[in-house]
Amino acid sequence: MLNIEIDGKQLTVEPGTTIIDAADAAGIYIPRFCYHKKLSVAANCRMCLVQVEKAPKPMPACATPVTDGMKVMTRSETALKAQKAVMEFLLINHPLDCPICDQGGECQLQDLAVGYGMGNSRYAEEKRVVLNKNIGPLISTDMTRCIHCTRCVRFGQEIAGIMEMGQIGRGEHSEITTFIESSIGSELSGNIIDLCPVGALTSKPFRYSARGWELTTRPSISPHDGLGANLAVETKNNSVFRVLPRDNEEINECWLSDKDRFAYEGLNSPERLQRPMVKRYGEWRECDWPEALEAVAGGLKRVRSENGDAQIGALASPHATVEELYLLHKLMHGIGNGNVDHRLRQSDFSADANLQGAPWLGMAIAEVEKLDSVLVVGSTLRADHPLLAHRLRQAVKRGAQLNLINPVDDDLLCDVANKAIVAPDAMVQTLDQVRRALAGESVAGMAGSIAASLRQGERKAVLLGNLAQHHPRYADLHAMAQQVAELLGAKFGFLGEAANSVGAYLAGAVPDEAGMNAAQMLEEPRRAYILLGTEAELDSYNPAKTLAALQSAQLVVALSPYKHHALDYAHVLLPVAPFSETSGTFVSTEGRAQSFSAAVKPLGETRPAWKVLRVLGNLMELPGFDYESSEQVRAEALHGDLSAKLNNRLKAPVAKPVGAAAGGLQRIGEVPIYHADSIVRRAAALQKTAAAGVPTAAMNGETLDRAGVVEGMDVIVCQGAGSVVLKAARDDRLPHDCVRVPAGHPATAMLGGMLDEIVVERAG
Amino acid sequence: MANTPKGQNEVIFHSIHLPESWKLANYLAVGGYDALKKVLAEKMPPDEIISQLKISALRGRGGAGFPTGLKWSFMPRNYEGDKYLVCNSDEGEPGTFKDRDIILYNPHQLIEGMIIGGYTLGAKVGYNYIHGEIWEAYERFEEALDEARAAGLLGKNILGSGLDFDIHAHHGFGAYVCGEETALLESIEGKKGQPRFKPPFPASFGLYGKPTTINNTETLASIPYIVRHGGQKFLDLGKPNNGGTKIFSVSGHVGKPGNYEVAMGTPFSELLAMAGGVRGGRKLKAVIPGGSSVPVLPAEIMMQLTMDYDSIAQAGSYLGAGSVIVMDDTVCMVRALERLSYFYFEESCGQCTPCREGTGWLYRIIHRIEHGLGRPEDLDLLDSLAGNISGRTICALGDAAAMPVQGMLKHFRHEFEHHIQHKKCMV
Repeated sequence: MLNIEIDGKQLTVEPGTTIIDAADAAGIYIPRFCYHKKLSVAANCRMCLVQVEKAPKPMPACATPVTDGMKVMTRSETALKAQKAVMEFLLINHPLDCPICDQGGECQLQDLAVGYGMGNSRYAEEKRVVLNKNIGPLISTDMTRCIHCTRCVRFGQEIAGIMEMGQIGRGEHSEITTFIESSIGSELSGNIIDLCPVGALTSKPFRYSARGWELTTRPSISPHDGLGANLAVETKNNSVFRVLPRDNEEINECWLSDKDRFAYEGLNSPERLQRPMVKRYGEWRECDWPEALEAVAGGLKRVRSENGDAQIGALASPHATVEELYLLHKLMHGIGNGNVDHRLRQSDFSADANLQGAPWLGMAIAEVEKLDSVLVVGSTLRADHPLLAHRLRQAVKRGAQLNLINPVDDDLLCDVANKAIVAPDAMVQTLDQVRRALAGESVAGMAGSIAASLRQGERKAVLLGNLAQHHPRYADLHAMAQQVAELLGAKFGFLGEAANSVGAYLAGAVPDEAGMNAAQMLEEPRRAYILLGTEAELDSYNPAKTLAALQSAQLVVALSPYKHHALDYAHVLLPVAPFSETSGTFVSTEGRAQSFSAAVKPLGETRPAWKVLRVLGNLMELPGFDYESSEQVRAEALHGDLSAKLNNRLKAPVAKPVGAAAGGLQRIGEVPIYHADSIVRRAAALQKTAAAGVPTAAMNGETLDRAGVVEGMDVIVCQGAGSVVLKAARDDRLPHDCVRVPAGHPATAMLGGMLDEIVVERAG
Repeated sequence: MANTPKGQNEVIFHSIHLPESWKLANYLAVGGYDALKKVLAEKMPPDEIISQLKISALRGRGGAGFPTGLKWSFMPRNYEGDKYLVCNSDEGEPGTFKDRDIILYNPHQLIEGMIIGGYTLGAKVGYNYIHGEIWEAYERFEEALDEARAAGLLGKNILGSGLDFDIHAHHGFGAYVCGEETALLESIEGKKGQPRFKPPFPASFGLYGKPTTINNTETLASIPYIVRHGGQKFLDLGKPNNGGTKIFSVSGHVGKPGNYEVAMGTPFSELLAMAGGVRGGRKLKAVIPGGSSVPVLPAEIMMQLTMDYDSIAQAGSYLGAGSVIVMDDTVCMVRALERLSYFYFEESCGQCTPCREGTGWLYRIIHRIEHGLGRPEDLDLLDSLAGNISGRTICALGDAAAMPVQGMLKHFRHEFEHHIQHKKCMV
């Protein structure tokens, strides 16, 4: 430990600490622009110059390590003179038109100019003007305001894993821009808006809509992926204006994925359902709540009495809250056979009887960064889990070995030690080979290399991604992965698909032995369905089958914030609150329960779904539905030690023997990043990004040849009775005999199973 | 010339009068590579070479004048892994053109110096970063490398000694800032040439993050002489603390502009006479003694000085790279400074604030003054800005931009005042 003195304050700090970190820890503020705790030190803004005893020149506090006995003066005449001089230089070419700048009021340059700037400028020459760039639908540029701190550049290089911004030109002509003026494609790009200390990079959707000081900030939790990112939801006039990250080192650090940041636009979508609606004699009309709820209760009672309890099924979104899912569970156990499931994209439920708890990450999120070797099975990582992918990237940067068994070879923006890119069918076989290799058999090829890589290091993990969880042989993958993990002494985990995938298990949104799972409820259509927060045809494994089942039902009740495709098959639409308008709880993939309050009041006649379900319970004359608050529901739903209820291990992990691969073409139907849930599907700016583009049917060159089509040609893609015309695309990294056709998108919502057989023909 | 000036062409340009002095055969004929052979034959301990360098008082010829022996002693000795030796031939300083002639006329002596450097420092690979605007020198150096490799002087197992060392020529594209050693490293690595923040210094984190020593061309070309003749003889050529000879690039208003290798400590008046005196017998007005980035000195001060680091520094300027820019009485100092400031404005890399913003501001003010739009407060502003840039930047380019301004205002303020007051030149 070193003893130093900053502004007369005696401090004891670790060797290697910089002056700025030591000062921050001691609560002494040194002005800065380019320094950021999560980025490498650039020392280019020079704002943090301080006086160091015996040093001939002022030293940049961000880049100067402390030495024993060092005396630092951050506000001496020398230090202030240097800081003020830098401020003057920063301002000479910066437009001094804060009132028309979107950053005004929350600008670091503006704030510091108050303390370190002069009343008048000594600069009487012409100011520099830099042309703006269009870098995509999410980020607005005002490059004349740029102070060249390069935080955005370093973010790309060091965090996002892709250098999309850079500095071109020299001296005064230098400017920050994208490579050949292309747009930004990173799924973490929005963070550069937060990082930019001035108004050069601002949020395009939010721009000019409000001032920072007009907004009320409410803490919340992301309703999207399984990470549980901590949000600051900023509101004005009872609507959400923007979403910013809340620092939480253990979860999202200071970052947000673009999905978490920009999806809020979907909350203000014109498709919001604001009043209950009922369909009578084939006509939809709005009605009041009592009428709608009576219609639901009456309909359910009729099905119960005419067809029996088992004829009612409930399909819930894993993006719903614990409270909502718990009450749905309770309702379905009261009026039905407990036919309730949230695993709508799962296709293989054969391991259910073998489960011993809720599948979860198997470790803390922060531990992912510390892994030495990892095997990820079946995941479009960057799209499904943007910030977990970032943690893995940091691990790889530290030297970890990342291994992959996957049907797609999307760029993970980091070194992948070994990757087996195989057809979905063959994933089982490959994983089995890895298992055999670890068990001591001699296995050549990629599986052998993966096994060898996994043996290295101390902290190891086997992780099953969304694609593995959707896989028609999920149970086998699960059993094998568990064996692999056991052979390695590795952690074993699931990358939770949705904000509440773990919470849904804990809340009982899964059937017990008597109940039917999601696949069964659709395979053997029910007379009545309750849909909680789901657009079933976009959220399920087999949309064609789902639609057929819903269309044949006598009663479909959709609880949703949106007026969506359910208009075609539902009978009652109940407007329920999205996460921003209700209190609730999500249990993240690491098993962390995070509760939140409503950020705004429910829109129109929207009601929180837990209240709607409470009333339904009462109308169905069920006992135990008189909760006064969502906290009461939570207390009942999540009682006891949660961690004891998390368990990834199957009682008897036995995998079926590896069979021969089926002939024909196999679909790789992953869910695109901005089509994963109802809110993000309606986020206007995100929908304009390349990642939200129209789905194509992608194949490798050989598969294209055999199908007799070429890139760019229209092709008819069929699964069962459903078919759709898509453009053929070429991706030579895909395995043979596979067609990558995304799910979760309206354009492919008439197709069948996400990883099932598929037929491709030339159109016309 | 009747009296040969002390040390003239003693160390580097000793064979410049010979035809095709750059050919290997001709270099060998005058004892070339003897120093290397001696090192290899005697298995001279690296410490011994470094101590000879320290005795020689050889100081970095690129401009900073840092003692070479001391710099070489900074390289980690027992480092496992690659280490590099880099030669800085990126002479972009206005007024400097000595490295070009070293490479053109005596490339093998530089190669020999680099091999001895590689041997001493434990580097297996050397780079010579050659300024992008002297293409001929780059080609000449490549030819010399080929000759040396063919003769077994470079590459694997040099002269059967077991020493491996190879050199790659790397040409820049003319950015001045790439002459700054860490920007130069970035440029070799294929990145944008921008100086790195120091520490860490190249000796611990240099090229590709490996320990690296960077020396100027003239410095490295002086090594064989010191190894052959001993540090003391080199020191004795010059003055204490200023050993050896120095190549002065004399330009501007002289009769015979060119490179002159003379002993350190040669009186300026003698150097001026060698260069043909002030052109047309005009009056000497001022001299920039060390390249465009050092403060100008008026004639009356300059004529009293000897050409060595200490003497020039005492007079408030720097010997720099020995680039002597001579100005006669026709020179308008405002116009001269405008041109200099334009150079730094154009060549600032743009990385750090004071230099990126300040160089343009300086230039614009001086430009205004030159064009009759000066204001009385401009001179104090210039002084203040130069002070706000210098010592506040990542590399020395900021200082280089500030010093000419400070020098001009110190010695020729009256010319600037005249310009502002009368909106025209007093010359």
